[in-house]
Amino acid sequence: MSLTIPTVNLAAIGPELALTVGALILLLLSLGRYRRSTGLLLAVALGSLAVAFALVIAAWKAPVEAFAGSVALDRFAVGFSLAILSAATLTVLLSLNELERSYLLLADYYGLVLFATVGMLFLASATSLVMVFVGLETLSISLYVLAGQRRTQASSLEAALKYFLLGAFATGFFLYGVALIYGATGTLQLREIGTYVGTHGIFGSPLFAFGVLLLLIGFGFKIAVVPFHMWTPDVYQGAPTPVSGFMAAGSKAAAFAALVRIVFVAVGPTVVNWTALLWVLAVLTMFVGNVLAVVQDNVKRMLAYSSIAHAGYILVAIVAANDLTNSSVIFYVLTYTFMNVGAFGVLSALASRDKEALDVHELSGVGYQKPLLGLAMAIFMFSLAGVPPTAGFMAKFYVFSAAVKAGYIWLAILGVVAAMISVYYYLRVVVYLYMREPDGETTAWPRLVPAVGVALGVAVLAILGMGVWPGSVMGMLRQAAALL
Amino acid sequence: MNDFTPVLLMFLFVAFLVLFMLGLSLLLGPKKKSAVKGEPFETGMVPFELPGDRFSIRFYVIALLFIVFDVELVFLFPWAAVFRQLGWFGFAEMLVFIVILALGLIYAWKKGALEWE
Repeated sequence: MSLTIPTVNLAAIGPELALTVGALILLLLSLGRYRRSTGLLLAVALGSLAVAFALVIAAWKAPVEAFAGSVALDRFAVGFSLAILSAATLTVLLSLNELERSYLLLADYYGLVLFATVGMLFLASATSLVMVFVGLETLSISLYVLAGQRRTQASSLEAALKYFLLGAFATGFFLYGVALIYGATGTLQLREIGTYVGTHGIFGSPLFAFGVLLLLIGFGFKIAVVPFHMWTPDVYQGAPTPVSGFMAAGSKAAAFAALVRIVFVAVGPTVVNWTALLWVLAVLTMFVGNVLAVVQDNVKRMLAYSSIAHAGYILVAIVAANDLTNSSVIFYVLTYTFMNVGAFGVLSALASRDKEALDVHELSGVGYQKPLLGLAMAIFMFSLAGVPPTAGFMAKFYVFSAAVKAGYIWLAILGVVAAMISVYYYLRVVVYLYMREPDGETTAWPRLVPAVGVALGVAVLAILGMGVWPGSVMGMLRQAAALL
Repeated sequence: MNDFTPVLLMFLFVAFLVLFMLGLSLLLGPKKKSAVKGEPFETGMVPFELPGDRFSIRFYVIALLFIVFDVELVFLFPWAAVFRQLGWFGFAEMLVFIVILALGLIYAWKKGALEWE
């Protein structure tokens, strides 16, 4: 019997390895007497993230493919990985707030954040459906636990359980889709599936078409596309605030990376019916998300609905399916990471053990009482709404121009209309920050933790930088359009 | 004639046989009901709990740990079968795998997942 061992090239999974080692060290630290030494835990978490960053950036120059074509750390994966690692790094720093420190077991928590990041990175670089599944599960299982970290609060447990049950359900759909596709094509490699579609067409066998549909449902749950969005508001509201930001930005970036790769490598961009389906989903997602966000008073819940709407904008670029798609999706995901994690970060920085200002009325006058936090929140809101000169504007511009270039004028118009609706509820937060008197007794806001300040500052600078000089970032990302 | 036709025939035959024998006992068998016969059958023991009762959450933790080591075996057996061909590389790979699992076990142990109290 002869045995062929597939080429092992650890460089392709270097970032994941670094994070796994970091997470394992954190888990061991949580057992001993160092479990309370914040500095050490922070150093391990940030250290492994820094190594992962370095390895990802190194892969930009030398893209690698390994493990019998299951993993490809190409420029496309690098682009998404940068967004994912940024989300993780910001989350690690933003979790040092007063309220979070009061209930988080920091060592275990950081370990889980890193494990979730490993899953996300695998999603970005997976080129086989099995690897996509492994990444999806690693990320999901860690996030289920992270959502329930406020163990004494019923809403957090509700979030964890709801996310777990619906997520497991969605995983079933996804896996069944993978099985059907394997049954129809006899392969799990995206590229070989692409060859199959090239010769047989997407409706060559009903088995395959049905499999793709199930796959789409599985992804729909993860990226919260209407009509699979029902879990999002409850989960984002109940989860610890920094975790909500991480969930929204990181898992969205990862799942979109895998979705784009599957659409373009496996299913093929020229399939008309596939695009028509995504067209409908994109419009539904943008409008349902934005309209429902308008009536929310709870800011966390509002951001949850807004994250649904943002998934819709990103889908617009995927519908376009042209040379602008990849770069505009990566640009959007990067921008969304900074503005969304930042917005949740400000909310958690304003929370103390006595009071968690989550209602928009409670934010009245914060712009004067906490000028820096207020300014940061205002910038995040402007960016989410897509007001120039923030990156949020450029992100929407690229996404919609991809649609226009592909001839989807109506899709772009509907997208802009949806974005106009969103301006109302984002600016409403700004109005409360600066134009309303604080009601009743003056609240003592907690002191800003330096690490949190640094993280928010970086997020603000990134948003303004990418908004003012979008060309240079976009020029880089254009080169990321080529998939290995 | 497909390779699997005999398998299908066997399925059909088994289904027929089972139904046939159940039907026979239904028709011919004597029926004497009593309270003891109505109890759930637990290999002759007198049951001291109803099956609908809630049971301890700890069973879930044990089940989780069981799954981990069960899956480990799925990897270990094929690895053992081709151990010589894989050589030192395969040995090192498996060692890494087992060390990671062992770390998980240590974590669960120290966190008290194995305590029954």
